[in-house]
Amino acid sequence: MEKYIYIALFAPLVGSLVAALFSTQPKTVFTGWFTSFMLAVSMFASLNLLHYVYTSETTLHVNLFDWIVIGNLNIPFGFVVDQVSVVMMSVVTVVSTMVHIHSIGYMEHDKGFNRYFSYLSAFVFSMLVLVMSDNFAVLFIGWEGVGVCSWLLIGFWYHKESATWAANEAFIMNRIGDLGLLLGMFLIYWNIGSLQYDIVFAQLGGLDNSLLVWIGCLLFLGAMGKSAQFPLHTWLADAMEGPTPVSALIHAATMVTAGVYLVVRSNELYTLIPEVGYAIAALGAFVAIFAASMALVNNDMKRIIAYSTLSQLGYMFVAAGLGAYWVALFHLATHAFFKSVLFLGAGNVMHAMDDELDIRKMGGLHKKMKATSIIMTVASLALAGIFPLAGFFSKDKILEAAFNADAILLWGVLWVTAGLTAFYSFRLVMKIFFGEQNYSNEEFHPHEAKNFVIAAMIPLAVLAVVAGWFEHSFVEFVTKTLPTWEASNIAHSTAWILILITSAVAIGGIAVAVFKYRNGGFSKDWENTSIYKLLSNQYYIPKFYEVFISRPYYAVSVWIWKVIEIKLIDASIDGLAHFVNKLGVKARPIQTGNLSSSLRLMVFGLILGLVFALVLSVL
Amino acid sequence: MTLNAYLILSTILFCIGLIGVIKRKNVLMLFFSTEIMLNAVNVGLAAISKFHGDLSGQIFAFFIIAVAASEVAIGLGLLILWYKRTGSINLDDIAKMRG
Repeated sequence: MEKYIYIALFAPLVGSLVAALFSTQPKTVFTGWFTSFMLAVSMFASLNLLHYVYTSETTLHVNLFDWIVIGNLNIPFGFVVDQVSVVMMSVVTVVSTMVHIHSIGYMEHDKGFNRYFSYLSAFVFSMLVLVMSDNFAVLFIGWEGVGVCSWLLIGFWYHKESATWAANEAFIMNRIGDLGLLLGMFLIYWNIGSLQYDIVFAQLGGLDNSLLVWIGCLLFLGAMGKSAQFPLHTWLADAMEGPTPVSALIHAATMVTAGVYLVVRSNELYTLIPEVGYAIAALGAFVAIFAASMALVNNDMKRIIAYSTLSQLGYMFVAAGLGAYWVALFHLATHAFFKSVLFLGAGNVMHAMDDELDIRKMGGLHKKMKATSIIMTVASLALAGIFPLAGFFSKDKILEAAFNADAILLWGVLWVTAGLTAFYSFRLVMKIFFGEQNYSNEEFHPHEAKNFVIAAMIPLAVLAVVAGWFEHSFVEFVTKTLPTWEASNIAHSTAWILILITSAVAIGGIAVAVFKYRNGGFSKDWENTSIYKLLSNQYYIPKFYEVFISRPYYAVSVWIWKVIEIKLIDASIDGLAHFVNKLGVKARPIQTGNLSSSLRLMVFGLILGLVFALVLSVL
Repeated sequence: MTLNAYLILSTILFCIGLIGVIKRKNVLMLFFSTEIMLNAVNVGLAAISKFHGDLSGQIFAFFIIAVAASEVAIGLGLLILWYKRTGSINLDDIAKMRG
């Protein structure tokens, strides 16, 4: 079985390196298909492992090599395939494979075709390192690896100012989180002396509570950066500058869920500190409604989906924070399927509309793009949590978890968010595919994407429909590693009532959206209200960051540059150089070229040397 | 005669040569001076060799004579060329390496 681990892990790397060989050449379709094939190989290996772990109920553990062995510090390059990581591996590889195939169509006319596939496969490799690692150090390598690939892919169209800016923003925001993760790792190492998951989690019980709180908070800070939780959330919406399949893979299905994965993986730690868990849940619920409210008014197709991702990540953190770890993982998996397919669909629409992103300039595309329209509607239904699609099962469990923990406020927030989610999802669908046509036929000629592009979306769409039906086997499977959780506090009938009112609010949201946008949407006055302005300016948070963080920081940097750098450091180094230079000028006349004076100097030096030797020997 | 007498002679010869090297402006004279210095060393080597009963000093002196002869041959050859080209063998005129 070990060979499957290596195949699953290294096939994407091989694909990436091969594609990298062609990176400076013009488009060669071969790289696209080759990387996709390698991803498919990795997917089959992962699914094989899933099957193996499922049937044999064992976990696999391999040590690739010893990485750092210094004194007592022993960090191997080890990988573990247990119930949690194999689920992550399967989700990552399935989504990645489909995204790779979709990208062949999406990037068809791009100059950087080969480079793109090299980056994309490198990302998958890093993500697999992240989820398969058996210790925090290797996890951190994967963590940084996905960060770098994310930076490369957001800034893929580097000639665009906005793309490079967004790439840098994402990278720098993540640095803040990564610092937290690193400090958390240091604390763990100092107090336990190891970074292996099994050793660390076995010894956590012996540590001080305040220390555990520190570790928990610092690790969660890392998770906040990667999963774009408030206040480090602004990068995710800006990351939409990258190619759309990248958004589907990295900024919806995989990388942003790494934070959730970290919390789920460290469940032993967070079980010991329920107060931190509750804070995580509260922050998650806040982000859920906060992001959903911004999605309500945005007119950029990709940003709406990005805010929706943010909001769903909030849901996952609520579940993880309240101790329902398998629920978080379950929502992570279902969300990966329907969100990636939503993004891929958005990619098709963008292609059809010549990269137009403004949903006000679309409408009536259903007639021209039937397949995309149907798939996106299904994915939106799944996102809204309509029975019997995947989102229904996972989201409902999260609401149940909140209710079960007596966190009525959290439950209320999430309940409202469920309604908002349904509303903005269908606002998007209505504005793009239905309603009246808002573009001229002369300017745009929308057309359906190629068949293989649609074919790549279908498996994901099918999973978005059926993934929820496997809830019971999923629970049974992952709770072998994760703590079990059941809605023990609430009666069976209450649970049913909860399901009903949640479904009601979701259906209500959809109904409002469909009804409103069929009849032309909201009036123009709404756009002049202060609340609309607040939402469409993202609560003025980017502005706030710019005015209170970026600009003062810039000013400080300029000051340091002008005063410390130029006047202190440069001046002292330059002074030294000038001194040496002047000395040289002064000493130059020695070289008169006159042999006689040279000889004299030579003799003088000789005598000086002799005298020196004499003095030394006497002393 | 004692060893010291020879060594003093050697030192005096060496100093004469050295002063010649410093003072003289004629390159030919410079060669003479270096020859004096080399032979001063030879006197010292031969004397010490004799007094210690060790032949290697004298053998070394022979080597020096051989090397000095070839050095003078090459040096004089160059000097003649230089004289043909510039018409002068004054040391102060040879200042092409001025920094």
